[in-house]
Amino acid sequence: MRGIGALRDAPAMQTVRLYGLVAAGGFRRFSTYRAATAAGVFTNTVFGFILAYTFVALWHERPQLGGYDQAQALTFVWVGQALLAPAALLGFGFQEELQERIRSGDVAVDLYRPADLQLWWCAHDLGRAAFQLLGRGVVPMAVGALAFELALPAAAGTWLLFLLAVALGCLVSFAIRYLVGLAAFWLLDGQGINLLNSLVAMLLSGTLLPLTVFPGAFGDIAQALPWAAMLQVPADVLLGRHTGAGVAGALAFQAAWAVALLAAGRALQSVATRRVVVQGG
Amino acid sequence: MIEVEDLEKVFVVRRRAGRLRRTKHEVRAVGGISFAVPRGEVVGYIGPNGAGKSTTIKMLTGILTPSSGRLRVVGIDPARERTRLARRIGVVFGQRTTLWWDLPLLDSYRLMRRMYRIPDDRYRANLERCTEQLGLGELLEVPVRQLSLGQRMRGDIAAALLHDPEVLYLDEPTIGLDVLSKAKVREFLRELNADRGTTVLLTTHDLSDIEQLCRRVMVIDHGRLMYDGGLDGLHAVGESERMLVVDLERELPPIDVAGCRTVRVEGPRQWLAFPAGASAAPLVAEVAERWPLVDLSVREPDIEDVIARMYA
Amino acid sequence: MAEAAAGIRGYGLIVAMWVRTTMAYRLSFAMTALGNLLMTAADFAAIAIMFSHTDVLGGFTFAEVALLYGTTSTSLGLADLLLGNLDRIGRRIRDGTMDTLLVRPVPVFAQIAADRFALRRIGRVLQGLIVLVWSLTALDGVAWTPVAVLLVPVMVLAGAAIYGAVFTCGAAFQFWATDAAEVQNSFTYGGNTLTQYPPTIFSKELVRGVTFVVPLAFVNWLPALHVLGRDDPLGLPGWVDFASPLVAAACCALAGLAWRTGLRGYRSTGS
Repeated sequence: MRGIGALRDAPAMQTVRLYGLVAAGGFRRFSTYRAATAAGVFTNTVFGFILAYTFVALWHERPQLGGYDQAQALTFVWVGQALLAPAALLGFGFQEELQERIRSGDVAVDLYRPADLQLWWCAHDLGRAAFQLLGRGVVPMAVGALAFELALPAAAGTWLLFLLAVALGCLVSFAIRYLVGLAAFWLLDGQGINLLNSLVAMLLSGTLLPLTVFPGAFGDIAQALPWAAMLQVPADVLLGRHTGAGVAGALAFQAAWAVALLAAGRALQSVATRRVVVQGG
Repeated sequence: MIEVEDLEKVFVVRRRAGRLRRTKHEVRAVGGISFAVPRGEVVGYIGPNGAGKSTTIKMLTGILTPSSGRLRVVGIDPARERTRLARRIGVVFGQRTTLWWDLPLLDSYRLMRRMYRIPDDRYRANLERCTEQLGLGELLEVPVRQLSLGQRMRGDIAAALLHDPEVLYLDEPTIGLDVLSKAKVREFLRELNADRGTTVLLTTHDLSDIEQLCRRVMVIDHGRLMYDGGLDGLHAVGESERMLVVDLERELPPIDVAGCRTVRVEGPRQWLAFPAGASAAPLVAEVAERWPLVDLSVREPDIEDVIARMYA
Repeated sequence: MAEAAAGIRGYGLIVAMWVRTTMAYRLSFAMTALGNLLMTAADFAAIAIMFSHTDVLGGFTFAEVALLYGTTSTSLGLADLLLGNLDRIGRRIRDGTMDTLLVRPVPVFAQIAADRFALRRIGRVLQGLIVLVWSLTALDGVAWTPVAVLLVPVMVLAGAAIYGAVFTCGAAFQFWATDAAEVQNSFTYGGNTLTQYPPTIFSKELVRGVTFVVPLAFVNWLPALHVLGRDDPLGLPGWVDFASPLVAAACCALAGLAWRTGLRGYRSTGS
């Protein structure tokens, strides 16, 4: 009986279980770096304070800049610090490991495993993000809320929507960095593209300044690009700037970019895989 | 060359006891050892993992400061004058390279030459000799990370010798090497010692390293020197046994030969243990005369076995 | 003294080797240096965007903030170029390669600082210098007395020394906490972000903290306020504006002590 049941649900269930384990592995791996986590919390908190004071000065000169009042602007700062590690807003992450495996040829081994390369790294990276959201996100956010007057919502529903937006943001972040990682198949080393990726992520996610503050067309374009899904959208969801259908629209914006970029990653992966097979790794 | 008197190293280890409490433990990694190595001697330094081998080597090179005791290498106190000592000793770590990982071997060597202020003619002569004897010719332009373990080890040994050190420490120099690389390394070390009288101290897990290179062996366990003397004496002390493995024409009951005991029978193959100090020749002759012998081999005792027997 | 000379010589040797290696791939070097320049320019872009919405921030004009930005960024860039790789020490301790440095005849500090010397980081220095030079041309109403003129290069170098001391302390801290490399970022990159902005926008406690505890205020705030003819928010005596070199020397001495203590600890525990 048990054997038959296990056989019947084997493919789907085993797949779910496999990637669940990979994600749990990513979570656990990062949870062992205790000192690194503490150091990260400290750094995020320090940067949070510095940015918060600059925002206070700016919003003192220009109240309602970018459609935020001061409390909302400060909330943006601390959400940014909380998501810095989980959503990899500075662009650093697993892709350097992937590039190293591509450079050393070890990726050929990965490709022959019965697990999908993209799904495997995705599960691993989301596991990492989940840990860092708890380990590196909660404390700076709490410190920020104690030290400054923030515009945090009271409704539990808003927080749930925020978490959903964060999850989608992390997925988009992964999808971009996966493309960056695969670039190592064609580039001699990943240094240049990693630098470019960091630069773009830092500027266009809103980590330095909310995208709504960016001048004119630049701001409009920035808000339509996928990096906006990583911080700008989750922050706006938390701040209640989207209501009703607006929330659905914002989440759909994130989901659409996630699907498009993951599909692009898939396509690039299959081109790259063919390369590996032809070259023999 | 090397003088060690009552050398001791005590580590304070903090262990988690409960959620927040931590307790301190003292661990005596090296507990009062004394020995002297004269110029030109090749000494094997062996012992099980965690016995204190690496800790001793680290103190002899100046990496670690001893807790107590007196220590002189080429007349220098390693802990106090580490960088001065560094010019006069060579160190090879089997597990990690002292070369620059991303650079070609030759770049590492060029940098060593400037770092150690090696005179031009000495550098050229030493590099030439090492390149030739260690077979590095085609590897000089290859980045270290692309070398195989055996190639890298040979590269490391050359790097440790460019500045004509008077003492050479080798920490597991043949670990993980293939047979050919091992042979090359041993041959090179033998010649080095014969030609230049370099004093060598090596730790190893491989008894054949010791047999082929060292006349003297020191055995350390639990931080204490258990044996210091010739290799033969070690076998005697350890009552170690060699193994004669014979393949007979067919399955037979355990054969009975004077001077050894049959420890295992598996089909036509039988294992005969005999004292390591004894010669295998008469045994082989007797077996060949009395039983239908097809093939045979002699297995040397494992260093771990020898040591294990010493403390059994 | 002999050790310092040996250290500088060893540092020079290793750096020269890495520069030679870098220069074998000129195009790649130019690209990554440019990338570094652009990367560090991103936070200046943020400041420029802020000033597209306002004329003053904390009472300071764009050119004045640019002076602060240019000086502190050039200082950090120099320290990062020369000593930035010190933060790899934690990794070296963890993977055991620290021991290989201890058996060479060059002080460990010089070896780690010079290891994998990344000339591309000159991009950050250049970016800071560009902003600094622009601010000097854009500032008006500054009385360029000989003292004020001299104060600019002095503050950049003293600032670099202070940041260098922070890098060193951060590395020394890793002897105890081998994977806490990120802590020092709070004081180096964080300090850099802090001192890019005028002290007037921060709380008095924070300004006091970076004056008396971690003396980042001496990197540029105090001397730059003198150049700009402004009073400092803490009302410190006037001579403090010129104290940066002294503070830098004290920081370096302390950092040296921290490093020695850390290394001695490592050599007695082996971990």
